[in-house]
Amino acid sequence: MTAMDEARQAAGAVATPPPAPPPAHVVSKEPWDPYVAEKLTAEQERFYMAGQWKLMWWRLRRHKPAVICGGFLLFMYLVTLVSEIIAPYDQHTRHIRHIFAPPQGIHLFHEGSFVGPFTYGYKMERDPDTLQRIYTEDKSTTHPVRFFCLGESYEFWGLIEGRFHLACPSEGGTLFLLGTDRLGRDMFSRIVYAARISLTVGLFGISLSFVLGLVIGGIAGYYGGWIDNIIQRAIEIIKSFPHLPLWLALSAALPVTWSPLLVYFGITIILALLDWPGLARAVRSKLLSLREEDFATAAALMGASPQRIIGRHLIPSFMSHLIASATLSIPSMILAETALSFLGLGLRPPITSWGVLLNEATDINVVAVNWWLMLPVVPVILVILSFQFFGDGLRDAADPYH
Amino acid sequence: MNALLRVDDLKVHFRVHDGTLKAVDGVSFTINPGATVALVGESGSGKSVCSQAIMGLLPKAARIVGGSILFQDPRTNRTAPIDIAKLRRDGPEMRAIRGGGISIIFQEPMTSLSALHTVGDQIGEAVQLHGSRLSDMHSIGEQIGDGLRTPAGKKLDRKQALEVTEQMLRMVGFPDPKRALRTFPFELSGGLRQRAMIAMALVCRPALLIADEPTTALDVTIQAQILKLMKDLQAELGMAMLMITHDLGVVANVAEEVVVMYRGRVVESGGIDDIFRNAEHPYLKALLNAVPRFGMPDDERLVPIREIKPATGHLLAEKKPVAHASGYDPAAPVLSVRHLHKTYAIKKADTLFEALWGIGRTRTVHAVNDVSFDVRRGECLGLVGESGCGKTTLSKILMRAITADQAMSDQGGGVVYDDWGRKIDVLALRNHELIEFRRKLQFIFQDPFSSLNPRMTVFDIISEPLVIHDVGDAAHRREMVGELMELVGLDRRHLSRYPHSFSGGQRQRLGIARALALRPDMVICDEPVSALDVSIQAQILNLLRDLQDRLGLTYLFISHNLAVVDYIADRIAVMCAGRLVELAPGKELFRNPVHPYTQALVSAVPEPDPSKKLDLTALMEGKASIPAEWPVPFRDSGSEPLDWLDLGNDHFVRATAALTGRTTEKAA
Repeated sequence: MTAMDEARQAAGAVATPPPAPPPAHVVSKEPWDPYVAEKLTAEQERFYMAGQWKLMWWRLRRHKPAVICGGFLLFMYLVTLVSEIIAPYDQHTRHIRHIFAPPQGIHLFHEGSFVGPFTYGYKMERDPDTLQRIYTEDKSTTHPVRFFCLGESYEFWGLIEGRFHLACPSEGGTLFLLGTDRLGRDMFSRIVYAARISLTVGLFGISLSFVLGLVIGGIAGYYGGWIDNIIQRAIEIIKSFPHLPLWLALSAALPVTWSPLLVYFGITIILALLDWPGLARAVRSKLLSLREEDFATAAALMGASPQRIIGRHLIPSFMSHLIASATLSIPSMILAETALSFLGLGLRPPITSWGVLLNEATDINVVAVNWWLMLPVVPVILVILSFQFFGDGLRDAADPYH
Repeated sequence: MNALLRVDDLKVHFRVHDGTLKAVDGVSFTINPGATVALVGESGSGKSVCSQAIMGLLPKAARIVGGSILFQDPRTNRTAPIDIAKLRRDGPEMRAIRGGGISIIFQEPMTSLSALHTVGDQIGEAVQLHGSRLSDMHSIGEQIGDGLRTPAGKKLDRKQALEVTEQMLRMVGFPDPKRALRTFPFELSGGLRQRAMIAMALVCRPALLIADEPTTALDVTIQAQILKLMKDLQAELGMAMLMITHDLGVVANVAEEVVVMYRGRVVESGGIDDIFRNAEHPYLKALLNAVPRFGMPDDERLVPIREIKPATGHLLAEKKPVAHASGYDPAAPVLSVRHLHKTYAIKKADTLFEALWGIGRTRTVHAVNDVSFDVRRGECLGLVGESGCGKTTLSKILMRAITADQAMSDQGGGVVYDDWGRKIDVLALRNHELIEFRRKLQFIFQDPFSSLNPRMTVFDIISEPLVIHDVGDAAHRREMVGELMELVGLDRRHLSRYPHSFSGGQRQRLGIARALALRPDMVICDEPVSALDVSIQAQILNLLRDLQDRLGLTYLFISHNLAVVDYIADRIAVMCAGRLVELAPGKELFRNPVHPYTQALVSAVPEPDPSKKLDLTALMEGKASIPAEWPVPFRDSGSEPLDWLDLGNDHFVRATAALTGRTTEKAA
């Protein structure tokens, strides 16, 4: 209120001391339609016909970070489907002449004129004292990057022979976007291939722990009593184990003679075996609270069997929550795999995962000189963050009827 | 005299996902010092938003887009009123007004007190926060002894604050205020919690008290006491009161002025006599016609604002053809309940040690205590009682959702359902017999929101009982569900919608349609209208009445609201502390209530008529619901056993045989 208003108010109050008037009887003259509350707009109509998943999608769509991160994750998983095409080189190809080569910049202009994307060649010298390789750009020749081209041959998913790549180096040139490692293998290609393993470890692991959690938590929540008690105590015991040593012990127990593929599945099973308690608890507590809902009682009073109540009423009600919490626990799986492989106890070469790549970066001296060996950390961080944001959004959207 | 609070053309808008919601759309009213104004409206009318705006408690999504709220505290020296609408919600001026100048009581006494602090600390906090203000010092200083009085402008210390708090607790009627200071809210009953809440609101002597549905969550006898307490305190402290409520009975009892709101606008306002006697606006008239009153003639119908016409199709033929068994007796009761008991053992641990080791005293609570009654074919038996009296437990035992105690079978007790001559021992049913029995007896829930699965379409919800009992083929079910929708006055085109698209009343109708899908003979309605607005309540009550006529249903209608039960029920059973205390035809019960609890109940219901104010003397100061406090022929004194006495006219009461002589005297 402005000072002027205040003054006016005060003056008015002094000038006319109003007596307490009897309350006036005022009736609104506006037209009144008792049915106005029941009329619907087209927008409301659309909203009312929407089922659970549609409502969830609408809510998720409003959560911008979740949508962006979900899009990023979708992109990453699409990439893992076609790793061979995205990567310019095979993950195992060695370039003996380019060991520990630094990332190669993509240029557009050569000597002031536009050439399109190209790379310069390397000039390698050795430091006479440390014998270190020193790469410099050789600006004399340009190597234009080719797109939609035929390059190194590969076996697509180990089945179909192919040579088609999204981008390849020019004939005689190189394309090491993120540098090379100690055997002269292209880091970018290796990261792309490794994504296939690292991202699916989480998915396989979570589906396994999802099933375990659903069954065990479901039994605990539905039967209750001593069964619930035993399962709860078992969960507490499992949760009280220090995770890392247990992982280490279990993965060290995997036979060395196993093929890398078997080791991969062994690792996912180990991760899932230690992850399910969280989900089982979520399932149990949701079941317990939903069992008390009136609609569950209503079904029981109609004569519905326990199977029907669980299948038709309880599971659909908490499935969305469960998916959200499962999404939130994928990152811990990816991180666990990365940690195990980093320590050399998880996946072993020739299988490549981000953890295996980081295993190369265990020597601080090597990393200090060849910093690009640390680059696999970047996709790890991005993917973990995306899962967190996406899971958060899912969780917020999981209950559209609150 | 200046107005204490002048709300002028207030507009509050909410941001919602598809635009703005005009929750309050140009509301004006005035509260004079010491006056009582009631803000009346149904849910969604914007009355609570008004109170939030006055207290500066609007949620984040809300914005005051126009108008002013001028507040002038007569005790301060300011000559110009403060415009609350322009204050920052958490600024120092707003904080000084909140609690000091204006305070509020909320609806839910269970959640508005902190469970972690004692009553003394919570009320004392308000004293310490506002005690430094000059004006407050004056009034608060009067409460504490001279020796304790602090100079103006200085905050009270904890001891003084507790002193003031104790005074206040005595004032709101705590029996032992000194002890109450140290109790935690969970140790108090709902009524005492609301008293503590009132003490907290009034301890700083506000000029205006906002009471937002202060008695809605309370039982009627407690409600009457709280209303009386608020009236007394108001007279004593000389404050003004803004009463926000949907209950016209409460309004008629406490208010001097009434403002009626509908969808964010004021439709009518005026003195209490104008509002109740000369109502002009069609909405207000409709609202007054929709409230059930005591002593309505049997053939008088409530007039809901939106009437629904049930339509029966050929599948729901008016009367169901039944094959009578050989022993069918039309006069036999449908449901006969004898000596039903249910006890709960509650382990009370006083210390953490006891709680951890699971030891401690075990207390037995008799939720249902030797209850016997009959439900006659085609009647509606009302079951009335306050919260915790065991009426819901009773209904769940009948539905076999809770198991009754074994002990009663020794007394020859049990529940017998008469399926047109075939006697069914309900409590002994097993497996498929029980599932088969579900077709005879169905249930309508109280909460229309949680009783429908939000993830199923309306078609799936209503057809579920048909699917479970494997009734008919898909085409038959579709037709049946369509007819059921029309039976409860809903459009069959809405079958593919989800429950979230329906209002509370419409959802309750869906619940009714589902209960009727199996064509039961009897339906138990557990507080089916207590979660609904008055106008919707009338609609549902009329619907239930019509359905009873058309389909020949028998109801057991459970409610805490005596007027509602009176409207729909033929006979009324009154339940208190696990026992049935009185049972009589509705008219007889209201004309001649015999049991002290029934008397208290009847006299505690506020009627929407300013000329029939509550008679608070009959309330026994809140002791009517404690069996040990009843006068002798009704109390279990140990010398003579209490019995179910027949007073004639179908009127039964639980008392010792000594009563019969006395009632005849009274009648003569």
